[in-house]
Amino acid sequence: MTASTTAERTPAAPEAPGAARVPTRSRTILRGLPLVPAVVLLLVFLAGPIIYCIYYAFTDMQLTGATTTNFVGLANFRKAFGDDQFYNAILQTLIFTVLSAIVGQNILGLVIALLFRLATKVLRSIVGALVIAAWVVPEIVAGYLMYAFFRDEGSLNEILKFLHLPQQNWLYTLPILAVSLANVWRGTAFSMLVYSAALAEVPAELTEAAAMDGAGVWQRFWHVTLPTIRRSVATNLMLITLQTLSVFGLIFAMTKGGPSNKSTTLPIYTYQTALQNYEIGYGTAMALVLLVIGALFSLVYLRALRPEAD
Amino acid sequence: MAKSVQAAGKVAANVGLAVVGVAFLVPLLWVVTTSVAQGQTLKVEWPKHFTGANFAHVTTVDILFRPLLNGLILCGGGTLITVVVAILAAYPLSRYRSRLKRPFLLTILFTTGLPITAIMIPVYAMFTQLNLIDQMWSATVFMGSTALPFGIWLMKNFMDSVPVELEEVAWTDGASSMATLRRIVLPLMWPGVIVVTIFTFIGMWGNFFVPFILLIDPNQLPASVSIFTFFDPQHGGVQYGQLAAFSIFYCIPVAVLYLVMSRKLSGSFALGGALKG
Repeated sequence: MTASTTAERTPAAPEAPGAARVPTRSRTILRGLPLVPAVVLLLVFLAGPIIYCIYYAFTDMQLTGATTTNFVGLANFRKAFGDDQFYNAILQTLIFTVLSAIVGQNILGLVIALLFRLATKVLRSIVGALVIAAWVVPEIVAGYLMYAFFRDEGSLNEILKFLHLPQQNWLYTLPILAVSLANVWRGTAFSMLVYSAALAEVPAELTEAAAMDGAGVWQRFWHVTLPTIRRSVATNLMLITLQTLSVFGLIFAMTKGGPSNKSTTLPIYTYQTALQNYEIGYGTAMALVLLVIGALFSLVYLRALRPEAD
Repeated sequence: MAKSVQAAGKVAANVGLAVVGVAFLVPLLWVVTTSVAQGQTLKVEWPKHFTGANFAHVTTVDILFRPLLNGLILCGGGTLITVVVAILAAYPLSRYRSRLKRPFLLTILFTTGLPITAIMIPVYAMFTQLNLIDQMWSATVFMGSTALPFGIWLMKNFMDSVPVELEEVAWTDGASSMATLRRIVLPLMWPGVIVVTIFTFIGMWGNFFVPFILLIDPNQLPASVSIFTFFDPQHGGVQYGQLAAFSIFYCIPVAVLYLVMSRKLSGSFALGGALKG
């Protein structure tokens, strides 16, 4: 079946100018013409590097000049899965993603959106603006702000001292917690906006009816509100997980992955391997692992966001 | 009694929200206080001695204006590529039916989720081999391409909301599809075009990794990368005051753009356009 017969069967589809005169095949090509620049750019700059990524991952490519590039099969992957640093990077990535995205941004964003519904308008717009400001600030600036905040002589320890709580050198003792909190600070706005929009669409009659039946605040939230917004929750979780997996600049500015690799996530370790030690082959093999993890998450996200029309 | 419980809930919500607000405010406040303070400080405090020296020091061509201009060329060019190509691509995707459309849209959506960080190593290797490294134009085209999947997706959703009936009239009058796109569809969806433009630009302006990898010559670096010089020990240790002053200049464009966007359309509307199926 050709594209044109599909179009004829469905009266809703508009006909192109001069539809009757132009032969079917060339008309289809004409119609697709505006897509060409997009397809070319996507093939060259996205599909191309991904194919390169797969190819390099099976070679011993190095960027140190004289050496030739050889096909080495699965050697890079075998090396990775025998490399303690690689496991460490996977672990740090996991901690960072769970702590900052799935728990931090997601829950804080939902809490803020819920508080918005009760709080006064002035406070709502001030806090909303502050949370969004942290989001709009460029990544590298956010990194430096957070670096200053968590430093030994920074604001956090000052606040803790004021509250008579124990202080410590966060970037040294708990770097992964510091960068995770930094990512919460930077990224919560997205979840806040998604959940504010989602909560606004929960019909008031639903929660009111539940309240009439004697459901408490918590029960109403758990049994009425949450099931109604579950689609937004799924979408939001997917998107923030994908964003968090590839965070580089924030961690690079705050800790550069240190001290002693205690905040070296996969993007940081890949960068160190490929562009500081010039082991391109090994680095891309690890990048491929990150790409596969991202692709798997992206597939789940695709299922949640599948375009429904035709 | 129910009323007093409700009132107590309201107070608790306000207090909770205020705490969140302070937590988000403190790090932002540091930039402001440090930028006008004399001497080094890493915590938020009222400056003992005010000074304009930090601002005066950074407002030179080498430190501020060239990186900002580079960023403008890189991100402005990239945004232009994304927006123009996305408009063109969105038109057939929004208006015509085809067997290929659904797989294409699914691929686009899938691509929006891929971690760009992961492909930067092969991109670096590819650019080095093809002699494209450290070239402003190739970095610009690359930036434009990486923003394309989300741009197309967003643009198509905005275009879908323009009713097709108006175009049918134009078509029967013999106007070409590109002419209808320019004269009928675009004027009706300009808020959507503005949202995509601003979104794309803000994303690129803050992008650190791509120019960090693809550009080398210090004279070509945008502000997102040149900010590192403040951390260079060779320049006499970390200059926090100058770093803060520089950050303020660097943030102003995106802050203004965000305000423009949220004035014109609510933030949730923009996201709604992006997230609806």
